[in-house]
Amino acid sequence: MSTVVEHVACSFCGCLCDDIAVEVEGAHIVKVKRACSNGQGIFMDYDPRPRRPLVGGEEVEWDAAVAAAAAILRAADSPLIYGLSSSASEAQRKAVELADRIGAIVDSTSSVCHGPTGLAMQAVGEPTCTLGEVRDRADLLVFWGCNPDQSHLRHFARYSLNAKGAQTPKGRADRTMYAVDVRETGTTKKADHFLQIDPGCDYEVLSTLRLLVQGGEPEGETVGGVAVADLKELVERLKSCRYGLFFMGMGLTMTAARQLNVAELFTLVAELNEYAKCSVIPMRGHGNVTGADQVLTWTSGYPFAVSYARGYPQFSPGEFTAVDMLARRAADAAVIIASDPGAHFPRPAAAHLERIPTIVLDHGPSVTASHATVLFPTAAYGVDAAGTAYRMDNVPIPLSQVIETGRPTDEDILGRLIEAVRT
Amino acid sequence: MMLGILGGRVYDPRNGLDGQVADIWVKDGRVVAAGEVDRDHAEIVDAAGLVVMPGGVEVHSHLVGAKVNAGRKLRPEDHRGHERARVGDLRSGTGGTVPSTHLSGYLYSEMGYTTVMEAATAPLVARHTHEEIEDMPNLDKGVFITMGNNHFIMQAIRDGRPELARDYVAWLLKATKGYAIKIVNPGGVENWKWGKNVGELDDEVIGYGVTPRQILETLAWVNEELGLPHVPHIHGINLGRSTSARTTAETMKTLKGQRAHYCHLQFLSYGEGPRHIHKGEAAMLAEAVNADPAMTVDVGQIVFGRATTMTSDGPLQHMLHQTAGGRWMNDDVESESGGGIVPIVYKRTNPINATMWRTGLELFLLIDDPWRVFLTTDHPNAGCFTSYPQVIRLLMDSAFRRQMFDGIHVRARRGALLPELEREYTLGEIAVITRAGPARALGLDKKGHLGVGADADVAVYAEQDDKEAMFARPRYVFKDGVLVVRDGAVVAEVPGRTFYVAPPHDPSVESEIRAYFEHAYTVSYENYAVLSGDLAHTEPVACG
Repeated sequence: MSTVVEHVACSFCGCLCDDIAVEVEGAHIVKVKRACSNGQGIFMDYDPRPRRPLVGGEEVEWDAAVAAAAAILRAADSPLIYGLSSSASEAQRKAVELADRIGAIVDSTSSVCHGPTGLAMQAVGEPTCTLGEVRDRADLLVFWGCNPDQSHLRHFARYSLNAKGAQTPKGRADRTMYAVDVRETGTTKKADHFLQIDPGCDYEVLSTLRLLVQGGEPEGETVGGVAVADLKELVERLKSCRYGLFFMGMGLTMTAARQLNVAELFTLVAELNEYAKCSVIPMRGHGNVTGADQVLTWTSGYPFAVSYARGYPQFSPGEFTAVDMLARRAADAAVIIASDPGAHFPRPAAAHLERIPTIVLDHGPSVTASHATVLFPTAAYGVDAAGTAYRMDNVPIPLSQVIETGRPTDEDILGRLIEAVRT
Repeated sequence: MMLGILGGRVYDPRNGLDGQVADIWVKDGRVVAAGEVDRDHAEIVDAAGLVVMPGGVEVHSHLVGAKVNAGRKLRPEDHRGHERARVGDLRSGTGGTVPSTHLSGYLYSEMGYTTVMEAATAPLVARHTHEEIEDMPNLDKGVFITMGNNHFIMQAIRDGRPELARDYVAWLLKATKGYAIKIVNPGGVENWKWGKNVGELDDEVIGYGVTPRQILETLAWVNEELGLPHVPHIHGINLGRSTSARTTAETMKTLKGQRAHYCHLQFLSYGEGPRHIHKGEAAMLAEAVNADPAMTVDVGQIVFGRATTMTSDGPLQHMLHQTAGGRWMNDDVESESGGGIVPIVYKRTNPINATMWRTGLELFLLIDDPWRVFLTTDHPNAGCFTSYPQVIRLLMDSAFRRQMFDGIHVRARRGALLPELEREYTLGEIAVITRAGPARALGLDKKGHLGVGADADVAVYAEQDDKEAMFARPRYVFKDGVLVVRDGAVVAEVPGRTFYVAPPHDPSVESEIRAYFEHAYTVSYENYAVLSGDLAHTEPVACG
């Protein structure tokens, strides 16, 4: 006997598509409709079997694992709490509370993806909009340093290129698409205009676009490998469109000028609003990385890289960012929530993580989990736990519990740790 | 749990107490008659010689939600130097013009406030607002839902179906766990999505063929039809422009005799002046307010220093960005709303800022009935709410006011009415504009007074000549009868409740709304509503 749960949100990426239908039999998911291949994996690859926590690789009772984790935290002078982006905001709030109570450093995966985007926003602001405005109004799309064709598989269909909206009833035919990247990708192939720029030249090209918007004339016929004539054409389109939209990704945040690239783009978008409406949306990756920024900001005032070591929040990217804390060997214990820095961090940071005691909360296997001193196999939000996540455009979306496994949530475990470190 | 606050000079305007010595008895979080309390088992607070007031009621503050949080994120420099360290079970936080959630709760309660209304949330992101609310202790709250640029409502008006608009508004308030109808620059925010604005009440909203006047009239009618506890809460067209006083007066005339609240009126009180300095038109608007007893206003008083402007008025924020330069946030919200953020500094040496400062004070002093003008700084737009004690001193102390007036830019002093206004607010009148008046306008029957049945939200102050010092540091503050502040410092946390309304609606509209969602939203109908079970502390307030 199977039942179908409708209107389920998929927590894989920042699109948080909430039109998924999941067919379940007992505690097993048997079929998923409308999800992309990434989203299929979230549901179909989920192992719902009950698991017990591990301390030092040995199975223990939940109480014993909580006690062992609390002992690690009590003994630590400089604990780091990291991850958060694949958890729900309810758990993120508990993670920040734990950091506040034990004087920890707390950081999310933002610091290794769109952290520079946050710094750019703080420097110059950010003219943005929700994805529905893109669908309904945007007649000119520019994808810069991002590849949703591989990373956000339903973005084109639901929100941008092919989506049909109030002012764009014909979908693709009603839009002009640009792609800017250093190489050909699935995304650039879908564009009407592909501007292939030389690696490391984003800032140059962006500042040239600003110059052109202001009526200036660049020297030479090409900038960063792109013909000035093509940039002029783009500027003319941006100044005369109904509603222009930039989507930007790690091609801007994780190359040479980082936040300066992004600040230049955000400034360009702001300046374009003197002529025509224009907005920018960062292509946030993990399902609730946006929520991690939101929760940390409302509780501490800062979006990531927050230290509570002095008893109050301090913000210092490059210092309190997780990679830097670990690579400098400045953390002496770590709580890792729903992420895998052991697999993804630079070697010196990952090596230090193996040296210090770690408390890992995760719903599935990972490199980090395999080295955990204490491992809590928690429920997956959006599969066997309900919660809230924030879409890449900051719209909050409820995540459903589609199967019942009895596993505790990240929120449950973090709540127990807060109680345990108090006593 | 029982409590007696005994022998204080009680300012409880709703119950006719203007400094008379009286005892306040509390049982289970409510004010009760003396006979209901067993004195031997009650905690007794000796309030002899002290001033006792109901907890403060904030009628308009941007405190929680998407826009506020973007403002927090935008300004790390604003938090530094304003940190609050963790003490005991209390949380740490950062302040500045847009404090973090826990600290916002602490800071309001440290002034004696216990109830706060969040002034503008777009329905699509109401879930976010409620999440932040759960992290803001010591305050009861309500959320105003922006509706002045809502596509469904504008379609219903265009199609001549006001009843559909009414039922939709009822559905929407329930779906967002909202408290009141908020109208921000009706039609202008939609036009901003086309890079434009509205300038007159009869301008057309692009694509809908309706006008700001029709939106205002329809939502005022809907408000009455649904019997909402609060009135339509209106931020009109042309805010900050030299046409604002004229169109605000016209808006008031359009809704004459109908209950309505005009928020942060100071920002909408300007006419054409010499050399691009707007002329303050406080006298004209105060006269309009005095003439229509159905109307309430709050001032949005400018406080010199740093502020963060944040409104749902997208085109206004873009204009401010063009004027002030610097950082600019904009956020267009599909089918509903928009908004923006621009950091700003108000300087007494800037003729425009100084004109705004004295215009706000002129409104306070020229509006006769304190029950219809409320203290706000439109936090954090005109200044942080933590400046309320300074504003109270300006209202109560004409010598202090004169001294500050003499220090503002000479061009702002020209033509000012302020030097002629000798009026000084009394403590009783302060209790009206910060407590009893807002509570009455909000329809919160258990707030803003200390009669039997009221929530036991009580602020106790030691009277001082310096009213700023007095109101900045209450001796005690009780929330639901629990001591949360002692000597101006928060000592305990209690969770606040969220007031919401759920007026009935014709259930048949739900299928029409559901069908509308298919093309109007990128979120499914089923995932849009905030359910009661999603929230920890809610309390419905009756309609009708």
